[in-house]
Amino acid sequence: MSFIIATTLHEALSAMAAGARPVAGGSDLVVGARQGRTPLPADLVAIDRLTELAEITYGPQGVSIGAVVSHHTITTHPLLVSDYSALADASALVGSPSTRNVGTIGGNVMNASPAMDTGAPLLALGAVAELSSLRGTRLVPLADLWLGPGLTSAAPDELCAAIHLPAPMPGSGSAYLRLEYRRAMEIAVVGASCAITLASDGTVAAVRVALTAVAPTIIEVAGLDTLAGRPVSEVAVAAQVAASAQAHPISDLRASADYRRHSVGVMARRVVEAAARRAAGEHLPVPLNRTIGIGAAS
Amino acid sequence: MTQPSHVSIVLTVNGVDYPVTVDQGRNLLSVIRTEIGLTGTKEGCDDCECGACMVLLDGRPVNSCSYLAAQAQGRAITTVEGLADGQALSNLQANLLEEGGVQCGFCTPGMLISATALLALTPEPTTEDVSIGLSGNLCRCTGYTKIVASVMRTAARP
Repeated sequence: MSFIIATTLHEALSAMAAGARPVAGGSDLVVGARQGRTPLPADLVAIDRLTELAEITYGPQGVSIGAVVSHHTITTHPLLVSDYSALADASALVGSPSTRNVGTIGGNVMNASPAMDTGAPLLALGAVAELSSLRGTRLVPLADLWLGPGLTSAAPDELCAAIHLPAPMPGSGSAYLRLEYRRAMEIAVVGASCAITLASDGTVAAVRVALTAVAPTIIEVAGLDTLAGRPVSEVAVAAQVAASAQAHPISDLRASADYRRHSVGVMARRVVEAAARRAAGEHLPVPLNRTIGIGAAS
Repeated sequence: MTQPSHVSIVLTVNGVDYPVTVDQGRNLLSVIRTEIGLTGTKEGCDDCECGACMVLLDGRPVNSCSYLAAQAQGRAITTVEGLADGQALSNLQANLLEEGGVQCGFCTPGMLISATALLALTPEPTTEDVSIGLSGNLCRCTGYTKIVASVMRTAARP
């Protein structure tokens, strides 16, 4: 058994090559181990002090978000709020202020929960995970990373170093909405995210929609690419129908499968409408749940 | 069976260095309460839901029940005992008492920690800001109204 606080990325990757598991904020790993549910790994390497994983860098290609960037940082970063609003919408809904202080984007992605709030925005925005190990670095689109609840295609020695998001085209906007029973310390009943690009005549040039908590992983709604050139209202309704049709949720204490299948369609329609309003230049503050009044009243 | 691995660390709590030897999987809350002996910080749900265990880590609220003690070395930890100046309560503490924001008192340390962090970050909060800032802290007694009022009063007359 061992515990080290890594001071360089190489040190962290060496520890993982020797079998250690990474811990950043511990908001999944340590909480999961409370009350003996899932024992902590025997060997741990803390990665939360690696400054090379804490940076947000951007250029013409897009933005790179270091794996240990916290939800709090995402919700307060001007570029992420303006150009990747869906992600900021989601990070602002995670847990409570304390959860957002310790919870990281890399931890979220690698925990691979089908209910994670940041998952649908990242998928809709076309995110790619950068996985590093002593053997090298590879880029994995999130749809290829997530295999099931808590399951990824990453090898045990691979550390998520960063999440890369492409630069949005002009006329783009994005948004995330979730159905919730309370405002804080909540897990999405269902959720939907949309990244949309409008043509100069206001019709839809490109649209992607992804769904939260209706399948073993976050899923993208298939078939929407045929809707290019149609008005937003038509695309929104098509997204609603497709989202409900493609969802295959479970029933649990939070909601029945039927309720999830219906309500994820409603979320999909509303999130397409909201993303299009943002794409058209309208200011809809983050988090969108509060701005358009979804969920519990204050 | 592998034996639990112990790590020797120094935790800096309310400005005082405490050398402790703890199991690597030990949470910060239990070390603060049991090894260091500061029992103001409470264990409520032990599941990162209720906020009774809230402490400041480098000035930001963190649920200490679900944070590894070994990860806190080298960081400045502030517990509720660190908010008062000797016997002199902070303005927030005094206002919480005067406004009736304390009933059974179990949530109070966590509320004080979250509210202290909120006021440091947002000196002139709206009631909505206060609600969000305290959204990780549950109270079963007050209905929150008096707690929010005492934070607003502290912001108005710090």
